[in-house]
Amino acid sequence: MVTYIIRRLVGALLMLVIVSMVTFSIFFVIPRIAGATAEDFASRYMGRSADAEMIAVTAEKLGFNDPIPVQYGRWISGVFVGSEFDTGASIEECPAPCFGYSFIRRQPVWPDLVDRIPVTLSLAVGASVIWLIGGVATGVLSALRKGTIFDRAAMSIALAGVSLPIFFTGIVSLVVFSYGLGITAPGGSFTPFLENPAQWAYSLLLPWITLAFLYAASYARLTRAGMLETMSEDYIRTARAKGMRESKVVVKHGLRAALTPILTIFGLDLGLLLGGAVLTESTFSLKGIGDYAVQAIVTNDLPKIMGVTMVAALFVVLASLIVDLLYAVVDPRVRLG
Amino acid sequence: MNKRSAVAFAAAGAALSLGLSACGGGGGETTPADGSSGAPAAAEAFNAGLEAVFNPSDKKGGVLKMAISEDWDSVDPGDTYYALSWNLIRIYGRSLVTYTPAPGAEGRKLSPDLAESLGESSDDGKTWTYKLRAGLKFEDGTPITSKDVKYAVLRSMDKETLVNGPTYFNDWLDLPKDFKSVYKTPDVNTDSAIETPDDQTIVFHLKKAYAGFDNFAALPGTIPVPKDKDTGVKYREKVIASGPYKFDKVEPGKQYTLVRNEHWDPATDPIRKALPDSYEISLGVNADDLDNRVLAGDLHIDLAGSGVQPAALGRVLGDPALKARADNPTGARTWYTSIMSNVPPLDNVDCRRAIIFAADRVGLQNAYGGEFAGGDIATGLMPPSIGGWKKLDLYPTGTGDVEKAKEALTACGKPEGFETVMAYRADRPKEKAIAESLQQSLGKAGIKLDLKGYPTGDYFALYAGKPDFVKKNGIGLATNGWGADWNDGFGFMSQIVDSRTIRESGGNYNLSITDKEIDAKIDEALLETDVAKRDAIWGEIDQRVMEQAYVLPSVWSKSVLVRPQGATNVFVTGAFDMYDYLNLGLE
Repeated sequence: MVTYIIRRLVGALLMLVIVSMVTFSIFFVIPRIAGATAEDFASRYMGRSADAEMIAVTAEKLGFNDPIPVQYGRWISGVFVGSEFDTGASIEECPAPCFGYSFIRRQPVWPDLVDRIPVTLSLAVGASVIWLIGGVATGVLSALRKGTIFDRAAMSIALAGVSLPIFFTGIVSLVVFSYGLGITAPGGSFTPFLENPAQWAYSLLLPWITLAFLYAASYARLTRAGMLETMSEDYIRTARAKGMRESKVVVKHGLRAALTPILTIFGLDLGLLLGGAVLTESTFSLKGIGDYAVQAIVTNDLPKIMGVTMVAALFVVLASLIVDLLYAVVDPRVRLG
Repeated sequence: MNKRSAVAFAAAGAALSLGLSACGGGGGETTPADGSSGAPAAAEAFNAGLEAVFNPSDKKGGVLKMAISEDWDSVDPGDTYYALSWNLIRIYGRSLVTYTPAPGAEGRKLSPDLAESLGESSDDGKTWTYKLRAGLKFEDGTPITSKDVKYAVLRSMDKETLVNGPTYFNDWLDLPKDFKSVYKTPDVNTDSAIETPDDQTIVFHLKKAYAGFDNFAALPGTIPVPKDKDTGVKYREKVIASGPYKFDKVEPGKQYTLVRNEHWDPATDPIRKALPDSYEISLGVNADDLDNRVLAGDLHIDLAGSGVQPAALGRVLGDPALKARADNPTGARTWYTSIMSNVPPLDNVDCRRAIIFAADRVGLQNAYGGEFAGGDIATGLMPPSIGGWKKLDLYPTGTGDVEKAKEALTACGKPEGFETVMAYRADRPKEKAIAESLQQSLGKAGIKLDLKGYPTGDYFALYAGKPDFVKKNGIGLATNGWGADWNDGFGFMSQIVDSRTIRESGGNYNLSITDKEIDAKIDEALLETDVAKRDAIWGEIDQRVMEQAYVLPSVWSKSVLVRPQGATNVFVTGAFDMYDYLNLGLE
């Protein structure tokens, strides 16, 4: 078991290093191959009013003339010990962990991200709990009542959920429930958990449900399919014959076996969502990482884009790691093999 | 079975939501506090806020809620160029003079703000003197002096530190050659440009005379900044207020909250009412959600002031109750197509005229969004909200007159038509639609257009705005658009018709008007001290631009704004063509 955990941890670290290299290449190596010069990079950072001389000086000061491995090394070390950026006009501090310095906003990237991570975290974790419980429960019930009206209705609603885009369901839900009926919070409200847990939950209720509606479908269908398969196995008949309680049969023997694929999907979904639920955050005006990524792209702010990419990748890798570890708990064959 | 029921559910959901939203608007309405004056509620009507103050009141109190779907450049008065910012900034900052808070054309007139009166000119319009009022204080109680205004103007000129904002002071003040910026060369004596003989007096010296200098004095660059509190580009995180409100919460990209500034003395401020207790400004709000919240009464103002999104537009114009809450101002912005008079055969005026005759003007209007959301078909380059505007009747404004076009083509020696390239900004769908409309309508007269899209970011720097690129690629037409920096002839036209603004290195907005007569008229207007005469000269310039067919104007842009529920003193100001943010109050 321990070796399994260690192996997975090492794998995750390696994955992070590779992701950082790929991210760095996308922003700094590939443009070079396409013919960009150090001055092109510098002028991106500087804005329109700079003249050619200033750009050349800045390119030198920001290190764009150095060899690629040196630039990469400098960037990576910045994450651990912080770094400084000499723009010629001033020296800007970027304390550790330094994921980059946005010249357009004139501030380091990390403090912005730190503010926004709790928002995305709250949104993703809350919605994932709802969709996991809701989706799995619906799937189980559908499987047990296969062919009934409940089964058909549940699967249809699930299909609607996965087909309707969130910028439709989100806006419509806001109009109906928040502005029409007044029972949920309007768009753009978010109270940090530590400030007021009740208000935090209230402000996120509609985004949670809307987002969960989107995902619950695949979980319901997967669970249903998995359950139908396991519940028809011989050992289930044996368990029932032994007189075991039906609930124990379903959960401990039926569901547990069907959980593995669900966990896989869950890990991926949650990881990606933690990297920024762009559409949901944009629809509900939540200031999370996804919204930050969109802003960064629209304003063409390279350091911000890089910072968000790295943080998002971090979450995906972490989520996969946790899921892998959970496999070992759920499926004994994994930890022994 | 599943698919059908899914479709049924979706359709039912859509119908349900549309039905509910149509009768929505009941939730979240602010109820008036008890003890209200009992004045009758103002009658809602389409365009009621355009020429008159809607729901006038002097009632103090309440929280004014504003939101915007994106962000603007900065709250730093020396570092901002957005009209919405210039409008909002007057809540926390006072410039030397400012636009009178009155609806329509009255709103374009300037009133003294920090200064006791409008500027006194001497030396034939090259020197301008202002006297500050007594008793002006910053939010921390320190008195505002002329030195603070001088410092504010000088710092706003450092375009490396404060990269946004206009460059009028850079271009016009008579600065010493060794002055680079207040940050790099703080000890250089700049009295040749701005003098402060005493704490109440400030004198500006220009390189060239300009009779309309008060327009410069209205710029946010003259909002005073205390030198010892100036943190350069970080000043935007803690702006020291000179107006009736000061910043309380500053979370860039997320929200701003402003509360009352106790050191603002209403006795020194005849134009501000300072009614709300506080302002809450949310940034990055989903654009469609923002519209829904304004319609439902949950928010008061869409700060961008550029109109509702297409989704809400249909609802607002289609529902009589909502349309009664709408105002449809014409902005000081023209969308047009430049006709390059230095690219053959468009160097011949009749060939240029042929293009305007052949163009489907209605099609162009539709490409921009139609009558309400696009704008009125423009008969000239200058929009009607600019002083001196005259309705011109030089060309038909229908769907294109092929006969007249062919006549003009014959007159310029190209009876069979000709070919040329049309440039447009590739990521602007409306401009693509314009190009396609022109390709079709001009094609009927034998003028063949080869459409080429270029990226917006570098359109003026590298493509349409770079003279040798235009010549090399035979670009005869280019989409363009311009909004006034302030609503007079100079503020609108100076950057787009003056041949002396054209730089070979690129970045031009005047894509090719080189007309000596126009240049001479511009110089005349700069010196004319009488406002009405000055405006008339700009009107003549507009006429010449159209007679010489230098541009094909499409529309004067209009927007559909929705009046807030529960707010008072709502009106469209002629200064910014959006709701005036200065004196809004709550019921």
